[in-house]
Amino acid sequence: MTQAAATIRQLAGRAQEIARSSGEDAPALLAGIAREVRLNVLTTIGEAGMGHVGGDLSVTDILTTLFFDVLKLDPARPDWADRDRFILSKGHCAVALYSVLALRGFIEPELLPTFGKPLSVLNGHPNRRKVPGVEANTGPLGHGLPIAVGCAIAARLSGRDWRTFVVLGDGELQEGSNWEAAMAAGHRGLGSLTAIVDRNRFQQGAGTEATNRLEPLADKWRAFGWDVHEVDGHDHAALLEVLRPAPGERPRFVIAHTFKGKGVSFMQDLVDWHHKVPSADQLQQALAEVGR
Amino acid sequence: MSAPVIAEGMFDCRKAFAEELIALARQDQRIVAVANDSVGSSNLGAFQKEFPDRLINVGIAEQNMVGVAAGLANGGFVPFVCCASPFLTGRALEQIKADCAYNGYHVVLCGMSPGMAYGELGPTHHSIEDLAWMRAINDLTVMVPADPAQTRGAIRWALHAKGPVFLRIGRFGVPAVTPEDASFEAGRIYELRPGRDVTLIATGTMVSRALEAAGQLAAEGIDARVLNASTIKPLDTAMVLKAAQETRGIVTAEEAVVEGGLGAAVAEFTAQHHPVRMRILGVTGFAPTGDTAFLLDHFGLNAAGLAKAARQILSH
Ligand SMILES: Cc1ncc(C[n+]2csc(CCOP(=O)(O)OP(=O)(O)O)c2C)c(N)n1
Repeated sequence: MTQAAATIRQLAGRAQEIARSSGEDAPALLAGIAREVRLNVLTTIGEAGMGHVGGDLSVTDILTTLFFDVLKLDPARPDWADRDRFILSKGHCAVALYSVLALRGFIEPELLPTFGKPLSVLNGHPNRRKVPGVEANTGPLGHGLPIAVGCAIAARLSGRDWRTFVVLGDGELQEGSNWEAAMAAGHRGLGSLTAIVDRNRFQQGAGTEATNRLEPLADKWRAFGWDVHEVDGHDHAALLEVLRPAPGERPRFVIAHTFKGKGVSFMQDLVDWHHKVPSADQLQQALAEVGR
Repeated sequence: MSAPVIAEGMFDCRKAFAEELIALARQDQRIVAVANDSVGSSNLGAFQKEFPDRLINVGIAEQNMVGVAAGLANGGFVPFVCCASPFLTGRALEQIKADCAYNGYHVVLCGMSPGMAYGELGPTHHSIEDLAWMRAINDLTVMVPADPAQTRGAIRWALHAKGPVFLRIGRFGVPAVTPEDASFEAGRIYELRPGRDVTLIATGTMVSRALEAAGQLAAEGIDARVLNASTIKPLDTAMVLKAAQETRGIVTAEEAVVEGGLGAAVAEFTAQHHPVRMRILGVTGFAPTGDTAFLLDHFGLNAAGLAKAARQILSH
């Protein structure tokens, strides 16, 4: 194990322990881990020359909160039957997921530099057959929520108490399959299901509101029978507050307000950085800004 | 993702596609482009700039995109639906069949970046089933231009077609295999090189590789005929029959699964009309991680693979 990998492993182990045991320290610890995730995201994309950096950086705090506090998981047993189910529906943000999985102990941190390289297990989109901790293969948008609805129905049918979480892109919500799934989950009152939308207001080519308007988003989901929450998607304390509570009667829809390219001044809130790759100089600047 | 190498003498067919579409749109007010948040990846930036009202970006909603195109065709427009091929053909398969083909609407479905063009983005993004899916739909013309000149020709033909057309527009760098002024007709397979021993029938990116293979075989004294199948459906059965009669066997090559595409079309025809030895080269199984060039080599979709298949046919 390289020194850097050993350090992140150690940090991750400690954070995990403390985050679950002490409510008070959790947000600060999660912020520390999220910083490591962002550094890994930038380094990995810089090295590979590919990736979806904007959406990786917007979803980082959400993934960190889930994997280091909320989700009931065991990295030693990725297929543990009673684990909470998590699906990253916006699968193009695989690098953020891989970085979190590496820190959480599902995969070797040494794998990150192989991202996208011939025969690597780390493809541009997550693959359940190759990467422990990946619950479902994603990439084509609009698949995660229907699968998550199925997972939630499965829990109910089998009388198990695991929960299901899914992270969606806001542009992704334009796919009709989400609305079919939203209707099914609302109809069935799938309280163990939580959908979190990474509301960074941008899709690939432009803003969501300029392309195919989503607002009023909260009202739409309420109308479908969901319990809707809005949070600052970069505020770990706020995320914990909505994601920790036990299931209620209705599925939960969390609108997490975020910034695409969060943490890097020249990327933040700019559509150009959907999948642009930073130059060597830009990478150094980005690492310096995030590391601060 | 590392862009496929566009070196000296290599072309990205999306460029010819966008230029020709704009040139035609200047003369023909019926042309509209329909997209799914993919204005950049479909290379429609310049079209949008010149004809902002005639670019309909429905957002990330491919089924709606194709349905909307059918409605536009009903209203007298000629929609060119531009979308990454895996999501156009896969996500909107039923809309292509029911809304476009069954209604007989003149919609031009442009599957961008097909085959392994999205190399490292992985199997969800590899458009390898599209030829099989599209070929199974009645009344749909399926074309795969091999280079920029053919791309321009295919668009011009599609504009005046009577029914729905599927155009597979490559992103991986290809050399020119036809002269700029060569005519283009749908339904034809073009002979690029005569030959008596064995026939190589290739489509899209595989055409230049088949020519390369024929060069290698010639050095061994094997005379290989090379055919460019720029239309998969309807199949140019006269050309296939001639190949079956005049050479000792046929090798097909396509950047797609071996089930249901060009090879299958040729085999279905020859099996019933003039059985010959065949080797069908294509993609087998979900791909490992890697860029386009790596994956094509991985599946033997290169000159060496074609030449080897030709030798196997002749060694019997
Ligand atoms: C079905 C489908 N259509 C198109 C794409 C191409 N695509 C990849 S990412 C993306 C934009 C996604 O936007 P959003 O969901 O808002 O994600 P984020 O901004 O968080 O990265 C598009 C259109 C795709 N992956 N799947």
